Amino acid sequence: MIRDITLGQYYQTDSVIHRLDPRVKLAGTVLFLVDLFLINNVWGYLIATLALAEVIHLSRVPFKYIIRGLKSVILLLMITVIFNLFLTDGNIIFQIGFIKVTWEGLRTAVFMGWRLVMLIIGTSMMTFTTTPNQLTDGMEKGLRPLKYLKVPVHEVAMMMSIALRFIPILLEETDKIMKAQQARGADFEGGNLLDKAKALVPLLVPLFISAFRRANDLALAMEARCYRGGEGRTKMNPLIYNRTDKTAYLLIFAFMAVDIFIGRFF
Amino acid sequence: MKLKQHLQNIIRTEGLQYDYVVRDEDGNEAGYYRALDNVELDVKQGDFVAILGHNGSGKSTLAKHINGILFPTGGTVWVDGLDTSREENLWEVRQRAGMVFQNPDNQIISQVVEEDVGFGPENLGVPTEQIWERVEESLRVVGMYEYRKYSPNKLSGGQKQRVSIAGVLAMHPKCIVLDEPTAMLDPSGRKEVIRAVKALNQVEGITILLITHYMEETVDADRIFVMDQGHIALQGTPREVFSRVEELKGLHMTLPQATLLADELKKRGVALPDGILTIEELLAELEKLMNTRTAAI
Amino acid sequence: MLKLEHVNYEYGQGTELAVHALKDINLEIQDGEFIGLIGHTGSGKSTLVQHMNGLVRATSGTIYLDGENIYADGFSMKELRRRVGLVFQYPEHQLFEVDVLSDVCFGPKNMGLSAEEAEKKAKEALTLVGLGEEYYKRSPFELSGGQKRRAAIAGVLAMKPGVLILDEPTAGLDPQGREEILNLVASLREKTGMTVVLISHSMEDVAQYVSRIVVMNQGQIVYDGKPQEVFGHYEELERIGLAAPQVTYALYGLKKMGLDVDTDIITLEAAADNIAAALGKYEAVSGEAVRNGESTMPEKIMREKDGMTGKENESKDGGTMTGKDRL
Repeated sequence: MIRDITLGQYYQTDSVIHRLDPRVKLAGTVLFLVDLFLINNVWGYLIATLALAEVIHLSRVPFKYIIRGLKSVILLLMITVIFNLFLTDGNIIFQIGFIKVTWEGLRTAVFMGWRLVMLIIGTSMMTFTTTPNQLTDGMEKGLRPLKYLKVPVHEVAMMMSIALRFIPILLEETDKIMKAQQARGADFEGGNLLDKAKALVPLLVPLFISAFRRANDLALAMEARCYRGGEGRTKMNPLIYNRTDKTAYLLIFAFMAVDIFIGRFF
Repeated sequence: MKLKQHLQNIIRTEGLQYDYVVRDEDGNEAGYYRALDNVELDVKQGDFVAILGHNGSGKSTLAKHINGILFPTGGTVWVDGLDTSREENLWEVRQRAGMVFQNPDNQIISQVVEEDVGFGPENLGVPTEQIWERVEESLRVVGMYEYRKYSPNKLSGGQKQRVSIAGVLAMHPKCIVLDEPTAMLDPSGRKEVIRAVKALNQVEGITILLITHYMEETVDADRIFVMDQGHIALQGTPREVFSRVEELKGLHMTLPQATLLADELKKRGVALPDGILTIEELLAELEKLMNTRTAAI
Repeated sequence: MLKLEHVNYEYGQGTELAVHALKDINLEIQDGEFIGLIGHTGSGKSTLVQHMNGLVRATSGTIYLDGENIYADGFSMKELRRRVGLVFQYPEHQLFEVDVLSDVCFGPKNMGLSAEEAEKKAKEALTLVGLGEEYYKRSPFELSGGQKRRAAIAGVLAMKPGVLILDEPTAGLDPQGREEILNLVASLREKTGMTVVLISHSMEDVAQYVSRIVVMNQGQIVYDGKPQEVFGHYEELERIGLAAPQVTYALYGLKKMGLDVDTDIITLEAAADNIAAALGKYEAVSGEAVRNGESTMPEKIMREKDGMTGKENESKDGGTMTGKDRL
């Protein structure tokens, strides 16, 4: 079950998008999200969709893989769409009992659904094509000005990257602990809320102890490899903008300008 | 061919002593436990040294002293002539004596193999192009170059340990300390790792300090130290050490079956030499014996 | 009796990551058997035993416990897990309580026993694994590696299972710790008459304890038989990343050299006796006069044999190591 979640997991391949500077992808993603909230007509959405489709095409991430990632959020999506569909006032199309569907509701529901799908695919395109390490590198460098405000940018980036590395390991460990306790008759499903909370104790205690032990080991291993914070560190992948990156920035800004203009004023 | 430079002892300890704080059942300080007691160790540049001992014999504590993770509470440790307890030497010591730990999952930092191998050189401030050269070279030595783009989570235990070894190798150490690198692996993983370690020693000429409780892994070592209760109980070449079967049993060591079988045969009057380490050796010796007997007729 | 019929297990079907983890497994485990389940990491051995107590459900095939289909409606998984106890590899994955005794009580309590009854069962189990009263109130996290494993085994034993499965109980322990745990398992079996399935990746570890070895590779059972039968395939075993005990290699090697040895021998002492005797015979056949030093050999063999019998009866079951092998 856990291993089925592909949402946001890096997809290994070589493409223009993969090679882009992570800062470009970060900025692009943020701008894309802003764009999605500014546009409010079909044309705006169509242009945004086309742009996203082109990015997917360039990234060489299989469409199937992307769709599989959507599966895990389908419930959230349905709820949003249904709420908008039934709970918006306006010109009624049809009504059965207290359930009524309005033109406005239909419009908001469709746009909302569309927007959410694009939002999820858009952000996961970034994580599909950027290793967490590049991502944290990008954030570290992109957010470097914050250092002057005493924000520990390097440390936060390092913590994020380590957390990402250990998520799959801890998930697997959770699975093992659950099975070990189930073998002793533990029941993680039945009972009321209080029972369920109690049932988590035999799972959480070993998990936390293990996580602490791992953290301790890792800190030791990092020190043994001469890690002493961000000072004096060189980078294996230093971030330098090349021509493709600059072109990409231009394209992103051009897209934004056109899409917001059309999406708001037509 | 072995590149041996008998310049200077790369690792030397003198009267090394280390005390752990012992806590009682309620977690209060109850006194000290002497984990290392007057350890004298001398390792020559380019040697392959194995340190054996059961759990709690002090072998891991000793390992951590060489990398500057623990500092002696008595005596001195020199790594490549540097006193590890002097603060200004710390990073230099850790660069010259790299360390590989037991649990393969808890020492890989990055999500991509090559980025992990680059972690050490990055910390040392090595220029970018050189980092890539070092990463490639190190991954090739341990035979993991084809996996450079993989996520460590997709590798087997033995492969992960080889990545960890490459990560240390990329820091260009003079010596690598491996603290039970095979304890959590299956037999084929163990073989992989030991093969990589031997290559480091023989091809790269790096001094190896292999800490283990598997005696089979030490048959090719130049020297073996057997630890017990915080001190060195036995030392010598594998042949010298392995011929002291009864003493080793007393130190809770499990000898290779070949050695034990040879020992049992000797007890039954079969004229075998001391210190047989492998089945191949045993068979060769028995064959010799059979031939001389046939020849005597 | 535990019986698996055509058990298959696949996951990730319909994707490029589909894995066929178990392929048509047919296995019958009789009451009171002591089985070694061997395979390298990823061979499917852990997945297989997780089917036996219902933690993983087969995608096809049937499993019977004492003739009852465990997948039948109304078959209680809780009851199955009580009867087929599974101890996982790392005790750290199951120990969680404030003290050893309460931790061992966890299983029996889940089975619906009262606090007193659970405690009684827990104390019995702790006695069986050799953890005395002085350990009851100690935190399980402060125990040594070997003691943690004992506590974890007790945690399953306290449910009084008829079948005890141990998933690599010796992983990560030092040689002495390994031997202690293996001896413990053998003695548990002797005292309780339980069926025991011991998972390991080391033939050498299980060779002298078990009466039957099942070898897995790539989700399939490749060998199933008495240890000596299985070890006879040492060349094939090597190809799948496993190895027979070194004694087996020595005996087969000597046989190839023309020495009349018994390749079925597993234990070291018996092998030494056999080789020494064969060398003596070889010499006699070669027509060489018996030398002074070797004339005492038969005496020695007798001595060794007497010294061994007790141990042999205790740890071996169904093996073919009889007096004839040695003389």
